[in-house]
Amino acid sequence: MKTLKVLGLLALVVLLGAFSSKFTSTHAGYGIGDTATDFSLKNVDGKMVSLSDFENAKGFLVIFTCNTCPYSVAYEDRINALDAKYKPLGVPVIAINPNNPEKKPGDSFAAMKTRAAEKRFTFPYLLDEGQKIYPQYGATRTPHVYLLEKTSNGNVVKYIGAIDDNSRDASEVEEKFVENAVDAMLAGKEIKTTTTRAIGCSIKV
Amino acid sequence: MLFITSGCNGKTKTDNKEKDAQPEYAEVRSELGNQVKFPIYDFESFEPLLYKEDDKTYIINFWATWCKPCIVELPYFEKVNAEQKNNNVEVILVSLDMPSMWKSKLEPFVEKKDLKSKVIILDDPKQNDWIPKVAEEWGGGIPATLIYNKDKRSFYEQGLTYEELNEELNKFIN
Repeated sequence: MKTLKVLGLLALVVLLGAFSSKFTSTHAGYGIGDTATDFSLKNVDGKMVSLSDFENAKGFLVIFTCNTCPYSVAYEDRINALDAKYKPLGVPVIAINPNNPEKKPGDSFAAMKTRAAEKRFTFPYLLDEGQKIYPQYGATRTPHVYLLEKTSNGNVVKYIGAIDDNSRDASEVEEKFVENAVDAMLAGKEIKTTTTRAIGCSIKV
Repeated sequence: MLFITSGCNGKTKTDNKEKDAQPEYAEVRSELGNQVKFPIYDFESFEPLLYKEDDKTYIINFWATWCKPCIVELPYFEKVNAEQKNNNVEVILVSLDMPSMWKSKLEPFVEKKDLKSKVIILDDPKQNDWIPKVAEEWGGGIPATLIYNKDKRSFYEQGLTYEELNEELNKFIN
């Protein structure tokens, strides 16, 4: 039995090595420690928003999210709460909708405006027009969080992943991944969990 | 939490180890579980389905009714399931729909599309813990598919066409 498992593992390794390029899952995009690009994207209020606009920020919670994904919807209130907690501490939420509205009409700019008003978003909610920004970050799903720390060398990626460990029920959360990361960053401490995964909606290209 | 899986294939499994700790919550869950037509698994009870060592090749597809590209590829999995049954291939459609959608979305969808492949529900909120146990390279996006038999396994975090699915499956059955 053990030999079989070892053989299976070997086969897996060989197989992975022999993977056709078509299926190589190269998630291009940022890793921890990379410098994230700035952008100029249109907010639901019609103004263009860039990270460089926030002169006094210590960092950013760049969150790729949208109107139509059930997981994004489940996190709307928690994203508002993150902004309420961390904007005063210098780490505002910047939400970006990466979906192509032509493929997903529910994620159109007009629909974004409506949703932002309904949910009283306290943060910029930007449309990644032409879908140029999310691939640079390497976002693959919504919601997908990137915590950036502003340094003299640019905005450095400190955390990538989910907001917390329970998408379904905020009251059952045991580990607040993003809050722990921001708290550690602001305290100048090492972030213990720097990447997490979650089921999410694939980004509609 | 109490998870009851009541499959039509007689694979009934009860796991109520925490029932005493949270009796009220467990009651609610078991009631909900009984009403849903598909077996409901937490990851612990689901994991053995990813490591069967019989002679079959398993195609485990992770999907949800709200996931459009998942819905697009479902007919290909259905087709392969029907065509390859005699080749010792089994398709298992693992729904990641949320509990609120089981009765309202999932059941009507499976009925309307008349899905013949086995449909089960994976209901485990600790995604960051179990996603890497399905495949180390999986970021959590769906559709995602695992093909495995006792000798090898491959994981695809992407949609597959009918041709791609067959091409990949052929590496297992030929």
